[in-house]
Amino acid sequence: MQLIPAAQKELNLKKNSISRRRIQDRFVIALFLLPALVLFSLFVIYPIFRSLYFSTFNWKGFGPAVDYIGIDNYRKILTDEVFLKAIKNVLLIIVLSLGIQLPLALILAVLVGRDLPGRSLFRTVFFLPYVLSEVNTAIMWMLLYNPDPERGILNAIMVMFGLEPIAWLADMKIVIFAIFVTLTWKYFGFHMLLYLTGLQNIPKEIEEAARIDGANSIQNFLFITLPLLGSTIKTSVYMSVLGSIQQFILVWVMTKGGPVNASETMATYMYRFGFVRFQLGYGSAVAIIMFILCMIFSLIYQALTRKPDYLTGL
Amino acid sequence: MGKYITPPRWMRKTMPRAITYIFLTCATIMIFVPIVILMFGSVKTTGQMYSHPYAVPNPPDWSNIRHILNTPSFWNMLKNSLIVMVATTSGTVAICALAAFVFARMQFNGKNFFLNLFTVGLMFPINVAILPVYFVLRQMEQIGIPMIDKLWGVILVQIAFQLSGNIMILRGFFTAVPMDLQDAAYMDGCTNFDFFRRIMLPLVKPSLSAVGALVMIASWNDLLVPLVVLNSNNLWTLPLGTMQFQGQYGQDLALVSAFVALSAIPTIIFYFFAERQIISGLTAGAVKG
Repeated sequence: MQLIPAAQKELNLKKNSISRRRIQDRFVIALFLLPALVLFSLFVIYPIFRSLYFSTFNWKGFGPAVDYIGIDNYRKILTDEVFLKAIKNVLLIIVLSLGIQLPLALILAVLVGRDLPGRSLFRTVFFLPYVLSEVNTAIMWMLLYNPDPERGILNAIMVMFGLEPIAWLADMKIVIFAIFVTLTWKYFGFHMLLYLTGLQNIPKEIEEAARIDGANSIQNFLFITLPLLGSTIKTSVYMSVLGSIQQFILVWVMTKGGPVNASETMATYMYRFGFVRFQLGYGSAVAIIMFILCMIFSLIYQALTRKPDYLTGL
Repeated sequence: MGKYITPPRWMRKTMPRAITYIFLTCATIMIFVPIVILMFGSVKTTGQMYSHPYAVPNPPDWSNIRHILNTPSFWNMLKNSLIVMVATTSGTVAICALAAFVFARMQFNGKNFFLNLFTVGLMFPINVAILPVYFVLRQMEQIGIPMIDKLWGVILVQIAFQLSGNIMILRGFFTAVPMDLQDAAYMDGCTNFDFFRRIMLPLVKPSLSAVGALVMIASWNDLLVPLVVLNSNNLWTLPLGTMQFQGQYGQDLALVSAFVALSAIPTIIFYFFAERQIISGLTAGAVKG
């Protein structure tokens, strides 16, 4: 009889502390999420809706947007030859990146491998361009691409071999490839780093077992290493494509999208209409189109990676 | 039979090695050519740059470097870049750590919704978002919150666009801390706040510095946000100043080289000191993101 009130008290205390804990939990959740949520909603989420709204206006940025034109901006963009050229350039950069840059990074990663003496030195060197700013990279390469063979080393080499000097950044047919070379110089180290990490996660024993079974190094690479690197390669492809869609600073500093739109990308197109010609409604529509492209691609990527990976089950 | 055809063991081992090294050395040279030409150019006179643009500067001429180091605006840009970098980095790390802790360690209604909300940021990179963000900055300006032509405008936008990726990275690190630790701490009457500050933060310190190093580089190198937000040249950051300098003195290759070299050297030095952090942050980001 005497025990009951005491037990009751203890139980109450426990209940009390549990509910107090819960209130405290809520408070911590709200407090900890608040700064991130405020900044994120204000500068990332809200702008999407804001520019979705402006994209339906013919608006030059002075005064309020009143000239409602529905989807006219979108129609104009998608039939504009310059925008189509920008899409073509972005596609070309994607194709070249997946066809040349990533395989090159993979080959270098496999060569550096797991236990090559000097491995970390090579890693440091190959990754160096990635940390340099895009402005500095662009200006550095403009020095190399100088059309005058007396000043630009690339044309000096051309002349040395008895070839005609090339106006790398001023030739409409060549400029996009010249930019691609710079992009590769800057970004292949990043992909190589991903592959190196992926290679490290492959147990050495599997390759050794295959070797004992008589697989040569090429067979080993094609049938063991490559499939096991599957998820790493997917990630690197995703990063490369997303990076290509939004390529801006390097192109803007080196060519401003020229000559005659020959190196235009979607981002330079948007910047030109938004910040140079101040056609803000039109620029918004370009931003929305780019956002939708990034979203579609991300969703496809997520759907593809959700499937279990061959062998690793990741 | 095969025994007689295969080359001796030492050859089988050293030949591929030699080819590997030759290949890797070529790649290394290609990485260094643009950097070395730039560094050479930075210690040449304009005349030397035109007569021997890619020869070793002999003797090196420090007049361009000295000229830039004596310009107050260079030091001003350096100062602005430092302010932005320090503020963006500390802000991002603090805000992301708080949010990542909640996402990794606490249960609440709508958690998935908020997580998905933050992943939207991954599909809306700043290069795509810059014009929409500019609208919002202008709108804030109109209602009396000055954002345009202010360093904090740059800082807040930079932080906002660093959130998604870094919350995901840190969430991964927080989740990796064993759950038993949390149970034990709560058993002993530890509050959430204490648990976060006294147990979690010290444990994930290496990850915080990895994220910090990445944000530092991104902020230091960022050109687009300062380009759009800042007008007055006494607020310019180093990349923005570099671009304007190139536009203004583009013909004087030696002077431009000197400027670019001076603005690249801090990054290179920082990279050699923080390489481990940068690389671990990047690989974690790629695996998690």
